[in-house]
Amino acid sequence: MAAKKRLRDNLITYGIVIALYLIMEILMKTGNLSSHLKGLLVPMTYYAIIAVALNLCVGILGELSIGHCGFMCIGAFSSAVFSKLTQNNIPTAPRFFLAFVIGIAFAALFGFLIGIPVLRLKGDYLAIVTLAFGEIIKNVINAIYFGVDSKGPHISMNNVMELGMEPDGQVVINGAMGITGTPRDANFTIAIVVLLLSLFVVLNLMNSRDGRAIMAVRDNSIAAESAGINVTRYKMMAFTISAAIAGAAGVLFSHNITSLTATSQYFGYNASIMILVYVVLGGIGNIRGSVIAAAILYLLPEMLRGLNTYRMLIYSIVLIVMMLFNWAPAAVQWRQKVAHKFIKRNA
Amino acid sequence: MSFLIYLINGLSLGSIYAIIALGYTMVYGIAKMLNFAHGDFIMVGCYVIFTICSTLSGNTFVGIIAAIILCTLLGVTTEKVAYKPLRGAASPLAVLITAIGVSYFLENLALLIFGADIKSFSSVVSWQGLSFAGGDLKIQGVTIITILSSVVILIVLQLFIHKTKEGQAMLAVAEDKGAAMLMGINVNKTISLTFAIGSALAAIAGALLCSAYPSLSPYLGAMPGIKAFVAAVFGGIGSIPGAMIGGLVLGIVEILSRTYISSQLSDAIVFGILIVVLLVKPTGLLGKKIQEKV
Amino acid sequence: MKKMKSLVSVMAATALLAGTIAGCGGNASNNAASTNGESTATETAEGTASEGAASGATFKIGSIGPLTGGAAAYGLAVVNSVELAVNEINANGGINGYQVEMKGEDDELNAEKSVNAYNTLKDWGMQFLVGSTTSACSLAVSENTHEDNMFQLTPSASAADCVNYDNVFRVCFSDPNQGLASAQYIGSHKLASKVAIIYDSSDVYSSGIYQTFAQEAPNQGFEVVSAEAFTADSKTDFSVQLQKAKDAGAELLFLPIYYTEASLILTQANTMGFAPIFFGVDGMDGILTVENFDTSLAEGLMLLTPFAADATDDLTVNYVKNYQEKYGETPNQFGADAYDAVYIIKQCLEEAGATPDMSVSDLCEAVKSTIVKITASGLTSETMTWDASGEPNKEPKAVVIKDGAYVTAE
Repeated sequence: MAAKKRLRDNLITYGIVIALYLIMEILMKTGNLSSHLKGLLVPMTYYAIIAVALNLCVGILGELSIGHCGFMCIGAFSSAVFSKLTQNNIPTAPRFFLAFVIGIAFAALFGFLIGIPVLRLKGDYLAIVTLAFGEIIKNVINAIYFGVDSKGPHISMNNVMELGMEPDGQVVINGAMGITGTPRDANFTIAIVVLLLSLFVVLNLMNSRDGRAIMAVRDNSIAAESAGINVTRYKMMAFTISAAIAGAAGVLFSHNITSLTATSQYFGYNASIMILVYVVLGGIGNIRGSVIAAAILYLLPEMLRGLNTYRMLIYSIVLIVMMLFNWAPAAVQWRQKVAHKFIKRNA
Repeated sequence: MSFLIYLINGLSLGSIYAIIALGYTMVYGIAKMLNFAHGDFIMVGCYVIFTICSTLSGNTFVGIIAAIILCTLLGVTTEKVAYKPLRGAASPLAVLITAIGVSYFLENLALLIFGADIKSFSSVVSWQGLSFAGGDLKIQGVTIITILSSVVILIVLQLFIHKTKEGQAMLAVAEDKGAAMLMGINVNKTISLTFAIGSALAAIAGALLCSAYPSLSPYLGAMPGIKAFVAAVFGGIGSIPGAMIGGLVLGIVEILSRTYISSQLSDAIVFGILIVVLLVKPTGLLGKKIQEKV
Repeated sequence: MKKMKSLVSVMAATALLAGTIAGCGGNASNNAASTNGESTATETAEGTASEGAASGATFKIGSIGPLTGGAAAYGLAVVNSVELAVNEINANGGINGYQVEMKGEDDELNAEKSVNAYNTLKDWGMQFLVGSTTSACSLAVSENTHEDNMFQLTPSASAADCVNYDNVFRVCFSDPNQGLASAQYIGSHKLASKVAIIYDSSDVYSSGIYQTFAQEAPNQGFEVVSAEAFTADSKTDFSVQLQKAKDAGAELLFLPIYYTEASLILTQANTMGFAPIFFGVDGMDGILTVENFDTSLAEGLMLLTPFAADATDDLTVNYVKNYQEKYGETPNQFGADAYDAVYIIKQCLEEAGATPDMSVSDLCEAVKSTIVKITASGLTSETMTWDASGEPNKEPKAVVIKDGAYVTAE
């Protein structure tokens, strides 16, 4: 029974995403979608993807990370470097596929390496260390100068002059100026496919033996350990997968806009916290909730554009009110009471 | 000689972090929440002082007192309206997110009221400072006042917590809310008091921060706030002497790494050191060891 | 099931709030116009009798910049100035007899949001874009304007790549251009032989200027003795950078940064008793108008800037006066560039005899082919010309601050 219900639940999740996709596609094909909304589709989807990734870390693994945009940053930069270098040599489709492979692989590698020290810590200390790693990634990428010319690759951590490039070379990463001219390969269809794949990975993981082990670690790591579960292994596994999915979101990010810079508004702790807001409002551990919350909360400030300077003020008030409404024990009780009455009346 | 200058600059920056971190750590210790809006309380304090000094009176002392009163009110109100309803929520993250909402709210409100352009702040310290070694080594008045204030605040806080009834109540609430309630302690009042003290400290920190770095903008509190949070964790969050040490160490490390290693990578180095320290001492320098109950 | 319920409640709450907000939206923005720099479409000259107004056709100019967040000062200046220019044009009979509408959108200094802002404006019917304000944002948006073949004139995006497409032009100097001009000015006027630099390594604009400046330095016969960076995350304390410059014996401190940070640097240099020649670029303009700033600290500061808010020519005096009346702040160089941008578009449209009923692409072609022919005159230069590359040809003016005011440097 339980398995059947879970399957149904998962199918609903995929169904919602696919239905949303079809509605948007039909609207787009019939010309009923405004350019504004059309432009929002891809960002909305990659924020949903990274929200899924973060929910795996926060909800399923139970460790608070406020540096997840760092992994997104790594995915974005590694894939953009690859795409920029092979722009003229490989046709679009295989190149973009390889870009995904590279972005995900790098993000997973960093997830693994960072996971080793991070997962030894607990609670707020773990959170602050993820924040620290996120900031380090951002800061270091801002100081990287990387170029390729006929003599091969050059790299410097100081300035572009130090690269000593031949005149035929091209500077790929130019410090704070980042990467410009990455091909715009991402589109809504690809983004939705990536979202479905990440949902598939996370939902299947949750329902697998490994997933149950991970959740056992979350609920009580000592009990899990005494039951013979290798705590470190499962923590690392969840964290690495989470980083890899965040990397995939990064690949979409860097292939959707042409100017990629490692600045705080995209990859700093503020951005990571924004993702955390999606996860918490969507329900910690509720993967479907993350997707929906990411979509709504990404759209909200965009839809409030008519309010001009009051926009962000209103957004912050909405955020506070939504939090209180959804999480305050008093509000939860009140909601249950109302729902109860409603059901009774209908019965 | 130049090492000494750098060290003093580090101390000056560090003591500002320390005062902010003290506010952070007090609130965390008692309410068990990270008040992300703390940095923005600092900003509010700065704007209050600025407004009062430039328009109403011109007396800095009046400005500081007004800032302390307003920040205290703001802190207590925020706690009542936005944080208290979430006490006992299913996840401790709920109140963290709300705090972020409050932070956005304050920043954007300040943007609407005061505009985006920066304003220059007149130092609340008019003393020029001390000069040693024939003028080569100068210590600014602000630096000395900041360091002294942080020490005074540390001592007063320690005395308050260990010698007064209210302070003892705070310790009890921090230890175990339920048990404290059974002992007849008014938990709500104690938490309000903590927020009041924390926010008053934010106002003082604001006055000193803007005197040392006189540039006012609606976002001025965010970065010092997060750095002070790092400092509080560094020292062991919840520990008052820890916050002081954490703040000072962070300031000195930041300045020295920028001096001797790289000015481009100084943020990365500061955070790198934080990670190393936490790996060696997983609960910060003076943090209490978490007892795992089986 | 319980989770479902909470989800539904999220959605309900959102819808509810969005509904209420939309309901009182109009009201709120009216209030805003009186209290703060506001960016709604202008309807000032609604009643003016003109053939354009009669037929209902208007030119639509959109503008994008950071209106919230740490860089809001720049975006607000741009959007407000566009509004100011459009109001003036409408009051004087519009362009070719047609009225002009404008709309400003916020991008939070975020390239992705900048594209969103662009799409919003497109839905509104924008025909010309004055923006984006900052380099990375403008670069991302230029990809879209290129696709749609919409004319884009960025007032202040200065990175070299911003004008790569043939439909994108700019009013300000490019970063390499500024770095080069600064180095040449210092070299040819023999201002110093030892130069120190403080720049923002997390900022596109600042690092762009720094790079060309440092590359050009050896050719100009001076030595860069210290080049220290700061980042967006640590821009309050500059004691280290200043101490290093001082220890290296720098006679001149080059500051390719914005006045917001420069005001702090000047204050800190003063307290530590370090007094070299300070040399800035166009981002430095605005330093004299920082509220409550002790302008004596900026005494002797040299800067290459196309605009000075206290210049005495009629154009600048009027602009500054009107801006102050309407928005309560003194405009900076960003605003001046944006103000010029609107008039440049006006001049092109008049030259080409364009009408608002032409398609966006046709308008773009018309303006594109005219802008390379015209000579514009505005706040930021008496003569400006463009070639097809999109770069403006105008002379940077070197000014020095004396007694709290700009004086042309010799």
